[in-house]
Amino acid sequence: MQATRDFSHYVRDAGAGLRHIDLAVEGVSCAGCMSKIERGLSAIPDVTLARVNLTDRRVALEWKQGPLDPGRFIDRLAELGYKAYPFETESAEAAEAEQSRFLLRCLGVAAFATMNVMMLSIPVWSGNVSDMIPEQRDFFHWLSALIALPAAAYAGQPFFRSALSALRTRNVNMDVPISIGVILALGMSVVETVNHAEHTYFDAAIMLLTFLLVGRYLDQSMRRRTRAVAGNLAALKAETAAKFVGPDEISQVPVAAIHPGDIVLLRPGERCAVDGTVIEGRSEIDQSLITGETLYAIAEQGAAIYAGSLNLSGTLRVRVSAASEATLLAEITRLLDNALQARSRYVRLADRASRLYAPVVHATALLTMLGWVLMGATWHDAIVTAVAVLIITCPCALGLAIPTVQTVASGAMFRAGVLLNSGDAIERLADVDHIIFDKTGTLTLPELEVTDGAGIPGEVLRLAGQLALASHHPVAAALAHAAGAKSPLVGAIEEPGQGVRGHIDGVEARLGRPSFCGAEQLANDRASFDPEASHVAFSLGDAKYVFSIRQALRPDAKTMILALSKRNIGVEILSGDREPVVRAAARALGVSEWRAGVTPADKIARIEDLKRRGFKVMMVGDGLNDAPSLAAAHVSMSPISAAHLSQATADLVFLGKPLAPVVAAIDYARKALHLMRQNLWLAVGYNFLAVPIAISGVVTPLIAAAAMSGSSILVMLNALRARGVAQGDA
Amino acid sequence: MEVLVILVPLALGLGLVGLLGFLWSLKSGQYDDLEGAAWRAIADDEPARETPSE
Repeated sequence: MQATRDFSHYVRDAGAGLRHIDLAVEGVSCAGCMSKIERGLSAIPDVTLARVNLTDRRVALEWKQGPLDPGRFIDRLAELGYKAYPFETESAEAAEAEQSRFLLRCLGVAAFATMNVMMLSIPVWSGNVSDMIPEQRDFFHWLSALIALPAAAYAGQPFFRSALSALRTRNVNMDVPISIGVILALGMSVVETVNHAEHTYFDAAIMLLTFLLVGRYLDQSMRRRTRAVAGNLAALKAETAAKFVGPDEISQVPVAAIHPGDIVLLRPGERCAVDGTVIEGRSEIDQSLITGETLYAIAEQGAAIYAGSLNLSGTLRVRVSAASEATLLAEITRLLDNALQARSRYVRLADRASRLYAPVVHATALLTMLGWVLMGATWHDAIVTAVAVLIITCPCALGLAIPTVQTVASGAMFRAGVLLNSGDAIERLADVDHIIFDKTGTLTLPELEVTDGAGIPGEVLRLAGQLALASHHPVAAALAHAAGAKSPLVGAIEEPGQGVRGHIDGVEARLGRPSFCGAEQLANDRASFDPEASHVAFSLGDAKYVFSIRQALRPDAKTMILALSKRNIGVEILSGDREPVVRAAARALGVSEWRAGVTPADKIARIEDLKRRGFKVMMVGDGLNDAPSLAAAHVSMSPISAAHLSQATADLVFLGKPLAPVVAAIDYARKALHLMRQNLWLAVGYNFLAVPIAISGVVTPLIAAAAMSGSSILVMLNALRARGVAQGDA
Repeated sequence: MEVLVILVPLALGLGLVGLLGFLWSLKSGQYDDLEGAAWRAIADDEPARETPSE
C-alpha cells in the first residue's frame, strides 16, 4: 500500500495561471529564518512568490500551474529545518482581519482630520485674544467644518453602527453617549459657524473619535493576534487521515476533505481524526482525550470510535460517520449549547460602566440647559453650554480605559504562554476563587513517560530504546524518547499485540508484554506498587527488566497548586478516570477535594452547585468531555494539547508543559482588572473636576481639547503598568 | 493676509497627500506583517523579486 499526500484542498487559484497556498511554519522567529526560507523556496523552479509573514508565522507561496507538487514546499522547508503545514484561513479570522483594516482606515482618516482641524483651530484660539478679524475666523470655521464633517461621517461609522444596533435591542452601550456627543457637537458647531459665533467644537469632536479609534483598534488587534495563533496551532496539529482512494491505495488527506461514508485506515500510534465505525481489524484504543479514562478500550468490528482516540496496537479500517466539524457525541453538543447560552449573559465591565454613565451624563446636560434657562439665559446660550457638558464628559478616557489595559495585559500573558480567546476573559479570570482541574491531560501531561527510568542501568535503557524504535506502539515511543534512541535496531521484528524482538550482539532481546518477555513475576510485583501505569518488559538473554510508563504529572503541578492556595483559590479535581488513579494524583498534589468517574453532566452539576453558593469557578480541562463544563464555568482554560472543541470553547489556552501559565494568567488578570477599575476612576475623577467648569459655561474649545487629550494620555500611561506583575511566589 | 489663499490649500493638500499615502500603504498590505517589516529593513540585499502588491 502506497500512501500519497494530497494538498489539493488547500491550493487555490490565484489567477493568471498561478496557484497559491498558505503554509503555517513552526519555529520561524527571526530575520535569518525569514530570508533563509524565502531564498530556499524561491530556488524551486516555477515559484513566483515566497513571502514569510513573521507576525503570523506563515508563508505565502505562488507558483506557475503545472506539475509542481505543493508537497515539495513542505519537504524543502523540512530540509531547511522547519516544520510546515498547509493552512486554511478560517472565515472568522478573515473577517477579523478585514475589520482591523477598516478600523485602521478610520483611524487614518480621523487622525488626518484632527491634525488639520487643529492647525485651523490654534490660530482661532490665539486670534480670539489678539487681532483676528471675524471674517477670517469664519473662514477658518468653514474650512474646519469642511474637513471635520466628512471625516467624522466616515471615521465615526464603527461607533454609529454599534450604537444603532444597541438601541434597536433597547440597550445602551458605550457607543450611545459617544455618538450622541459627537453628533451634537458637530451639529451645534455648524449652527454656530452659520451664526458667525466665536466658539466651535469641530476639533474636540474629531479628536474624540481619533482617541476612541485608537482604543478600538488596540482591542481588535489583540483579538486578531489570538486568532492567528490559534489558526496556526490548528494547522500545526495537522489533522490528516489515511483515506482509501482505491481498494488497496490510500492517500493522506486533510480531515476537511473527508466525507461521511469514506473509509480510512488507522495505524498503530495514530490518533483518529474522525468519528466512525470499525469495519475491520481489532485493536486497543486509548480514549483518555474523550472520556478522561486512562484504561484502554478494545475496538473491534462494529465498535464506534471517536475523533481523538489513540490507536495503540492493531490496524483498523474505519467507516466515517462524521468528519471534521461534526465529530461529536450528541449529548456533549446539547450540554455545550445550553452552557454557552448562559455564558453570553455576562456583562462586560465596560458595558456596566456605560449603563451607569450614559444616563448620568445626559441628565447632567439636560439639567444644565434647564438651569441656565431658568436663570434667565437665552435658549441659544443654554444649549451651547449643555453641549459643552456633553463634549467634556464624552467618555474619551472611558473608551480607552479598558482596551488599553486589555492590550497590554494580553501581550504580557502571551509572553507568559497564555493565549486569550475572548477579550472579556481577563475580567472574569480576575474574579476566580475556585478552580476545578480535570486530571488527564491537564494536571498530567498528555504524552506517556517512563517514570522509573532512573532505577534502570543506562546501557539497558539505551538498548531497550533502540528496540522500541522498531515499534509503532505509543508506549514503545515513550520508551524510545526516554532513552534518547536515534536509530532502530537492525533486523527487529514486531509481533502485533505482543512486542518486538531482535538480536543484540547475538543475544536475543525482547520488548513488549511481560508474558512475551517471560517477566510476569516482575511485572506483577511492580503492578501492585504502581497500579495505574502501563508496564512494559525488556529481556536481554536471561536478564529481565520492567519499565513503568504512564502520564506523568506536569513538572510544576505541585508548586502551582500551592501557589493557588496562597492566593486563596480553592482547588478541586473532577475526573472521568477511575478512582485509584485520581486518588493517587490528588494525594501526590495535596488536593483534598476530588471526585472520580465523573460524567460531563455531573461536572456541570458540580459547577452549577458551586456557582449557586457564590463561587466564581474556573474550569481547566482538555478532554472532549470537558467542553460543556468549560463553557458552563465562569471562565475556562485549556492546554494547547486539548481536543479541538475544548480549545475553541475555552477562554484561555496555555502552551507548554508546565502549569505555571495558569497562575501567571491569574496574576496578570488580577492586576489588569485593578488597573481597569483605576482607569475608570481616573476618568470619573477627571469628569468630577471638568463638569462643574462646563456647567458654569466658561469652557472654551481650547479647554475641552486640552482636558480630553490630557485624560486620555493619563489613562494610556496607567495601562502600561499592566505589563509587570510581582512574581514573588508564583 | 491674502497669502492664506495659497497657504491654507497648500497645507490641506499636503495633509491629504499624507492621508492618501497611508491609505495606499494599508491597501498594499504593508501593515500585515509589522514584525517582519522591521527585520527586512536591515536584512542583506536579496535578489529582486515580485512584491505582493496586486
